Amino acid sequence: MTITDKRETQEVPLTAHSGSFANSAFTGLSTFAASLILVLLAAVAAFLITEAWPALTDGGAVLAEKVQWIKPEDGESLIQVIGYLVFGTVLISTIALLIATPLSIGIALFISHYAPRRLAAGLGYLIDLLAAIPSVVYGLWGAIVLIPVLQPFYQWLGSTFGWIPLFTPNPLTGEVSPTGRVALSASIVLAIMIIPIITAVTREVFLQTPKLHEEAALAMGATRWEMIRMAVFPFGRSGMIGATMLGLGRALGETMAVYMILSVGLSYSFNILQSGEHNTIASYIAGQFPEANSYGVSALIAMGLALFIITLLVNMLARWIVSRRSEFSGAN
Amino acid sequence: MNIALRSGAVASAAALTLLLSACTASNENTATTSATSDTPASMTLSGELNGAGASTQQVAMEAWRAKFQTANPDLTINYDPVGSGGGRTAFLDGSVAWAGSDAALAEDEYASAVTRCGADGAINLPVYVSPVAVAFNLDGIDSLNMDASTIAMIFDGKITNWNDPAIADQNSGVALPDAAITIVHRSDESGTTKNFTDYLAKASDGAWPYDASGDWANDLGESGQGTSGVVQILTSTTGTVGYADESQVGGLGVVSVKVGDSYNAPSAEGAAIALEASTPAGINGDNDLAYKIDRTTTAAGAYPVMLASYVIVCQKYDDAEEAGKVTSFLEYVASQDGQAAGAAAAGSAPISSELSDKIVSILEGIATASGV
Repeated sequence: MTITDKRETQEVPLTAHSGSFANSAFTGLSTFAASLILVLLAAVAAFLITEAWPALTDGGAVLAEKVQWIKPEDGESLIQVIGYLVFGTVLISTIALLIATPLSIGIALFISHYAPRRLAAGLGYLIDLLAAIPSVVYGLWGAIVLIPVLQPFYQWLGSTFGWIPLFTPNPLTGEVSPTGRVALSASIVLAIMIIPIITAVTREVFLQTPKLHEEAALAMGATRWEMIRMAVFPFGRSGMIGATMLGLGRALGETMAVYMILSVGLSYSFNILQSGEHNTIASYIAGQFPEANSYGVSALIAMGLALFIITLLVNMLARWIVSRRSEFSGAN
Repeated sequence: MNIALRSGAVASAAALTLLLSACTASNENTATTSATSDTPASMTLSGELNGAGASTQQVAMEAWRAKFQTANPDLTINYDPVGSGGGRTAFLDGSVAWAGSDAALAEDEYASAVTRCGADGAINLPVYVSPVAVAFNLDGIDSLNMDASTIAMIFDGKITNWNDPAIADQNSGVALPDAAITIVHRSDESGTTKNFTDYLAKASDGAWPYDASGDWANDLGESGQGTSGVVQILTSTTGTVGYADESQVGGLGVVSVKVGDSYNAPSAEGAAIALEASTPAGINGDNDLAYKIDRTTTAAGAYPVMLASYVIVCQKYDDAEEAGKVTSFLEYVASQDGQAAGAAAAGSAPISSELSDKIVSILEGIATASGV
C-alpha cells in the first residue's frame, strides 16, 4: 500500500524513463531463469531415465548376478527392493509430517498472534536458524545424543502400548530395539528438520490475514481462539497445505540424517520400534553407492527415479489441493 | 633406498640409476631419454598422480601420500576414497592410474583391463592387510573365546543370549551375563563385511548358511554406517556384538577366534601369518597376487578374520611418465618403510619382507615394461 501511495505523490509518470532496453532485458532475464528450471528438471529426468534404463530393461538375471544386494531368490529383486524402500520412505516421512505439522502451526500461530512483538521476532529468528543446520549435524546429534535419551521412552512405549501394531516389540526378544535406531527416531529427527520450513511459511501466511477479518471476528465477541479458527485458518489453509508439502518434500529426500540414525532393513512392517525393518530410498542409495559397480549404479539410479516420481506426485497433489482450496479462502 | 633416489636431490643419483634400472623415472621425455642419460633433475617426480578406491586404505593412504610427497615436493598425489567398486570402474575407464580395492578384479574386469592396459592386462597387489575384530560391549569383560561356528550362530540369530552354553563352554571362568545379544553389522556394502562373512562361510562348518557378500545377508540386528557407525553403536550400547577393523575398536572387548587348538586375539602379526598361509590365486600370470585367503588355516598364531586390500595396476602403461609416478609411489607403499608407516597410521599389518620385495620387483618390472 505505502509504495503505491508514494508513486502517486511523485507526479512523475513512471514511463518517463525510456526503459525499453531495461524492460526487454528484464523480460529476457526472467524468461531465461524460468526456462532454466525447466531445462534443469528435464536434464535430471533424462539422466535418471537413461542411466536407469539398463537396470530397468535387464529383466533381472544379469542384475542378480552382478549386484550383491539384488537377490530375487530371497524376494529382493530390483522392483521388490524399490517397493520396500518406497514404503519405508513414505512411512518415515508421513510420521515425521504428523509430528511436525501440528507443532509448526502452533509455533507459527504463537509467533504471529500470541507472542509479544519482541519475543516473536527473536523466536522467528531462532526457528530460521534451525533450518540452517546441516542435515549431517542433525544426523550425528540424533545418533549420539537424542537416541539414547529416547530409548527408555521407547522401552516404556513398547511394554505399555505393545498391543498397538505400531509399537509391537520384537517377537524374538520381547523387547523394542535396545539401541533406539528405529524408524520412529528417524521420523522424529526428520520432524525437527522440517519444522523450520513449515513454520516459516505458515507464519508468513498467518501474518497476511486481513486485519479487517480478524477485527470483525473479535467485534462479534469471538475469543482469540475462535477468531483464529474463523479468520486465520480459512485464509491460511492453502498456505498451510503448501508449507506441509514443502516439508514433506524435504523429508522424502533427506539422506544423511536417516542414514546415520536408522538400523536398516527391508520389509513392509509398521513396527516403528523395531530395528532392521525399514530404509529410505535416499539413505539406501548413499549406503550402496560407494561399493557399487556399473550395474549397481544403474539399479541405484532406478531407485532415484522412483523417488523423483514420488516427489513429483506429492507436489502435483499439493498444487491441486492448493488450487482447489484457494477459490474459497480468498488467498488469491 | 629407492625413495631417496627418487627424491632426486642428490646429484650422484644419476650414477646409481645405472645399477637400478627401475629407478629411472624420467618424466619429461618418454621415448628418447635413455636410462643412462638421466640427469638428476629428471629424477624428480612432478605433476599429479590420481588413484581411487577402497575407503579401507584411506587412513594408511594419507600417511603414504604425506611421506611420499615430502620426498617429492613437486608431485601431488590424490586418492579418492569412492569405494572399491568405484575405484575399479575409474581405473578401468582410465580416469585414474591405479585403484585401491578390497576385492581382486573379477573375471570380466580382467577382460576390460585388457582394453585399458593392453594385452598384459592388470594385476592385483596386496599392500594393505588388516585384521577384522569381532568386538563386543559387556561390562567387565575384555576378551572372549569363540570358534567360527559360535560366531556364525550369534550373527545368524541362533544364539541370542550371552550366557548360552555354546559361549560359556569356551569361556570357563568368565561370568557371562544373562543378557540378550544385539548384533551390529554394516548398513553399507563393504569389504569388511565381505571378508568377515567369507570367514564365517568357510570356517564355520555350515553354521553360516549364506555366501560371502559385501552386503549383510540377514535382516537381524542393528546396522551402522561405516566402521565408525558400527563402533559408535557398539560403544554406546551394552550387550552388542559387531565386527570392525581391529585398529578402530578402541576399548571394546574383542573375541579371540579359534585357530587349530588355540584361541588367537586379533593382531597385525596374526593377519600377516594368515596371509602367508594363503595361496595367490590370481588368474593373470605370476605377477597377479590376488590371494584366496585360507580362512581355515591352522598355522600357529594366525588370525584368519582379516582383510587384504589390493592396489590394482596395469602390467604396462602407455604413458611412461604416468608409469614412473605410479610405480615409484607404490614401490614406496609396498616397501618396509611404507608398510611401517601404514601400520603406524592405520593399525594395519605390515606384509612380510619377502612379499614386500616381490611386489617391489613386480612394480620395477612394470616400470621397465612401460619404458621408464
